[in-house]
Amino acid sequence: MKIKKSPLEIFGLTAIYIILIVFSIIFILPLYQVFIASISDPRVVVQQRGILWLPVRIHFEAYRLVFSNPNISIGFKNTIIYMIFGTAFEYTITILSAYLLAKDNVLLKKPIMLYFIITMYFGGGLIPFYLLINSLGLIDNRLALIIPYGVNVWNIIIMRTHYRSIPRSLSEAAYIDGAGDFWILFRIFVPLSGAVTAVLVLFSAVGYWNMWFEPMMFLKDRAKYPLQSMLREILIDNKQAMAGAAKGRLSPGISRSLFFETQVKYANIIISTVPILVLYPFLQKYFVKGVMLGSLKE
Amino acid sequence: MRKKSLKKDLSQNYQAYLMIIPAIILLFIFSYIPMYGIIIAFKKYRPALGFFDSPWVGLEYFKSFFDSVFAWKLIRNTFLLSFYSLLFGFPLPIILAILINEVRNVVFKRTVQTISYMPYFISTVVVCGMLKAFLSYDGFLTQLISYITKSPPSNLLGDAKNFRTIFVASGIWQSLGWNSIIYLAALSNVDQQLYESAWIDGAGRLRQLWHITLPGIVPTIVVLLILAIGQILSVNDSKILLLYTPMTYETADVIGTYVFRRGIQQSDYSLSTAVGLMNTLVNLLFLIFANWFSRITTENSLW
Repeated sequence: MKIKKSPLEIFGLTAIYIILIVFSIIFILPLYQVFIASISDPRVVVQQRGILWLPVRIHFEAYRLVFSNPNISIGFKNTIIYMIFGTAFEYTITILSAYLLAKDNVLLKKPIMLYFIITMYFGGGLIPFYLLINSLGLIDNRLALIIPYGVNVWNIIIMRTHYRSIPRSLSEAAYIDGAGDFWILFRIFVPLSGAVTAVLVLFSAVGYWNMWFEPMMFLKDRAKYPLQSMLREILIDNKQAMAGAAKGRLSPGISRSLFFETQVKYANIIISTVPILVLYPFLQKYFVKGVMLGSLKE
Repeated sequence: MRKKSLKKDLSQNYQAYLMIIPAIILLFIFSYIPMYGIIIAFKKYRPALGFFDSPWVGLEYFKSFFDSVFAWKLIRNTFLLSFYSLLFGFPLPIILAILINEVRNVVFKRTVQTISYMPYFISTVVVCGMLKAFLSYDGFLTQLISYITKSPPSNLLGDAKNFRTIFVASGIWQSLGWNSIIYLAALSNVDQQLYESAWIDGAGRLRQLWHITLPGIVPTIVVLLILAIGQILSVNDSKILLLYTPMTYETADVIGTYVFRRGIQQSDYSLSTAVGLMNTLVNLLFLIFANWFSRITTENSLW
């Protein structure tokens, strides 16, 4: 019954390759379609039935419009501000809190841990949180997107687990030499946490990059909107586009010019998505590591 | 004696205690005060009076919610959206991971992995923007579907009967590759010697898959399934907020979006807090049950 590369097996392997290629195409195709449609002649795109594989009569009018749209550059700038300050704040709170929870012989460690963990499983919900932010006067304040999200208990637990894996002899030796906890944290633990730090900082940065719900609730002034809020206005709330879809059925002339509006949306999608997609393959190993860290239990 | 040791502990570890104080204060303000704020579910909240002085009304808001015509629809929609997401979204990452694992060509394998994780990094706003454009009257998916089914094109996203399919399918597209990571890791931990001895014994690839690969990842599957069941009533509200319209409320409106509309947009604070509280409690019950079940069956648990 010895089977070695039977025809069935060769067939199976071929099938696997084909299925994986189809999967890959499905993953890429939407964004590829957006890209192709964003640089092709709108009159061709609107007549297209099905997938447009290659661009037709390339032009960059839509991109010119995006680049001249001040909202997009303001959005990028604000997103970077929130990302840098939010991530830095969260990271600082994370290392400071993880230290005590990783330390041996701390009397109040258990109750403090419980105090942290309860918040992972139970919360006041959206409305009391909103009312609190409101009564603190943080509405339309950039800090509303940073301060309340400073404590990430999950990250603290991951960092704590990592600190506990650092050999005790290092901190004990420093302790005997008269070093305090701050010194041990910043001179021993932090330098030994490169990979975990990279993972946590990356996930936090991606969180800030994607954030739109909190800005929608808390920000009024459009000058403070992050990129995703600007995109939401363009891509989701475009009421003109909705009205246009109905009119388009009546007059082909209008629908043609209206597709240009869709094309501008597509250009927005490409401009806002490409930076992350270009960076991500280089950072992939950290993200994968992050998934594993998150699934590890002590 | 105990007091003395606490004093000694504080003086010994004062630096470490100092470090954790900011987090304790932040959690108190932004987690524990909102928890206290839940009492407005049992009060007639008036902003001028605050959490404290608003008059008590008992369970009035819970009753009025359950008496309303929305209650059943919201609960049904919330459950069905997450149930379908689980039903179709759970097995696919396992299948993808097994397929990738069978590939021996490293370059091909890496490429497929990188591509499959990519949708996860496209922001929800952009994904919903693409869906909106593709599924509109002249969108490319609408055109494709109408071409295949030979039916006239229509705004697919505006039709309530399509919403669940769109929501679940796009969710799978976003997270399928990403969710396969954990299974790929489990697969790479399967002892390679088992495959070698199976090969010597004459087992073909299919039999190896059935007798070695699958049993190797069953523990991971079980744990992740139990965790997923624990979250059966927590659906991605913010994505629904981006996708739904009054035209699709019939299938798209869930507890979370209702809380948002009534609370934030209509300032109906007490009612929406009551509805949100019920949702939180049911989620918590499911999580506790799933965790308990996991502990007695697999000895894996969250706590």
